[in-house]
Amino acid sequence: MSKLSEALQSGKFVVTGEVGPPKGVSVQEMLESAKLYKGRVAAVNVTDQQSAVMRLGSLAVCHLLKEMGIEPIFQVTCRDRNRIAIQSDLLSAYVLGIENVLCLTGDYVTLGDHPKAKPVFDLDSVSLLQAAVQLQQGKDLAGKELDGIPKFFLGATVTPGANPLEPQIIKMEKKVKAGAQFFQTQAVFEPRKFEEFMQTVKHLNVPVLAGIILLKSAGMARFMNKNVAGVHVPDSLIEEMEKAENRVDTSIEIAARLINELKGLCQGVHIMPIGWEKRVPAVLGAAGL
Amino acid sequence: MIITAQKPLEEILNSLSPYNSILIAGCDGCTQPPRGLKEANILAQLLGLAGKQRGKSFKFKVITVPKQCDSFLAATSLKPEIEGIDAILSLGCGVGVQTITEVLPDLIVLPAQNALFIGGENREEDVLLERCAACGDCLLEYTGGICPIARCAKHLLNGPCGGSQDGKCEVSPDRPCAWQQIIERLSKMGRLDKLEEIKPPRNWNLNLAQRKSQG
Repeated sequence: MSKLSEALQSGKFVVTGEVGPPKGVSVQEMLESAKLYKGRVAAVNVTDQQSAVMRLGSLAVCHLLKEMGIEPIFQVTCRDRNRIAIQSDLLSAYVLGIENVLCLTGDYVTLGDHPKAKPVFDLDSVSLLQAAVQLQQGKDLAGKELDGIPKFFLGATVTPGANPLEPQIIKMEKKVKAGAQFFQTQAVFEPRKFEEFMQTVKHLNVPVLAGIILLKSAGMARFMNKNVAGVHVPDSLIEEMEKAENRVDTSIEIAARLINELKGLCQGVHIMPIGWEKRVPAVLGAAGL
Repeated sequence: MIITAQKPLEEILNSLSPYNSILIAGCDGCTQPPRGLKEANILAQLLGLAGKQRGKSFKFKVITVPKQCDSFLAATSLKPEIEGIDAILSLGCGVGVQTITEVLPDLIVLPAQNALFIGGENREEDVLLERCAACGDCLLEYTGGICPIARCAKHLLNGPCGGSQDGKCEVSPDRPCAWQQIIERLSKMGRLDKLEEIKPPRNWNLNLAQRKSQG
């Protein structure tokens, strides 16, 4: 059974981490980063060609994490694979002992480093969830019976800071209906707004892990405000980073403070260190986790 | 209508370079912006000048066809004009080029246009907008008259992705999020309930079966 599912059922505040596979085959540094999560988090997401940038595959890295005794979350986007390839990869994940799957639409190809690629989007995040559910019921999307049935713990994403929010909630409701068993959110920097979001989705009765991005600098915060849909870093935090004597200490302090403010509001946090994996233990320590 | 953009002159010149006597055929059908006799004459002048700069002297004859995509109209308009012609340069869309190829199989037919999409013209803003993907399974009833196949970059069927922000698509700040528009429209009509239904994966090959017109 998925250890992530068990952790969420235990009612404890759950923490998940994230690693991004390298562009190439040198996995040592990424695996060193992953080691820092061991024993500290319930599971670790492996991104699927994040931002439409071609990299080492998520499935292979999930397998490497599993071998190290780390519970992986296989991120699957609809951008690069049609329904034949996606279902096949889901089966492949299962036989490698990977049960947690995060179902995403995926960034558009022109946002990445192969902007001339043919975008697929045969399925969308909702029909991807349905496909995984159908496989668990012993049938593929064509209605053909499977020889041996997989079991997954299915996740999805939501952007609590989206403007407007209503379309995101409509989609979130559909994802739950389609089979999503947990949610990980886009980065949260405003706990009060996030609290309102959680009130709005209370009726869905599904565990939500709030996204935490470690701020590396005031510039990074401004860049995200301008370029990342649904992420808003308030001026007060940007100022705090700007005035920081030691950026790393301040970043850790901010992340830990956000986590503490989120503790009563949702079922856990999903930490996206984006290169600052080494700081994660300090963040968790400072947040008392 | 089919929205087209003229190919770069250099590309057209390269394709014409093996030939001397060329029939330039406009199309009075649905291509937009217009690609009729006037545009065919302008293109002939431009190609003539550009050819001379390269030391190449083409002989152009210019006509227009009511609808290049109609095999009868294409044949009756073009057949009386092709004596001594080495190649036809078509200002029609890809359908026009292929129909002429079919009715005049002994001639070389070259495209002067890139067909971009099936679209409409917004005269107030003077823009041409993609509106239909000819997908073979019209969804406009479900989506309040706004097509997510033609207007959402990812052709999503079940609502916006996380890249939708302030009503814009993640692909470009100039591109409205079709799903935002759909939700606003359905909300205005009091029909947001339509979106509760989960749309299963599409049959992307539906139009393959329908491509041979039932006439």
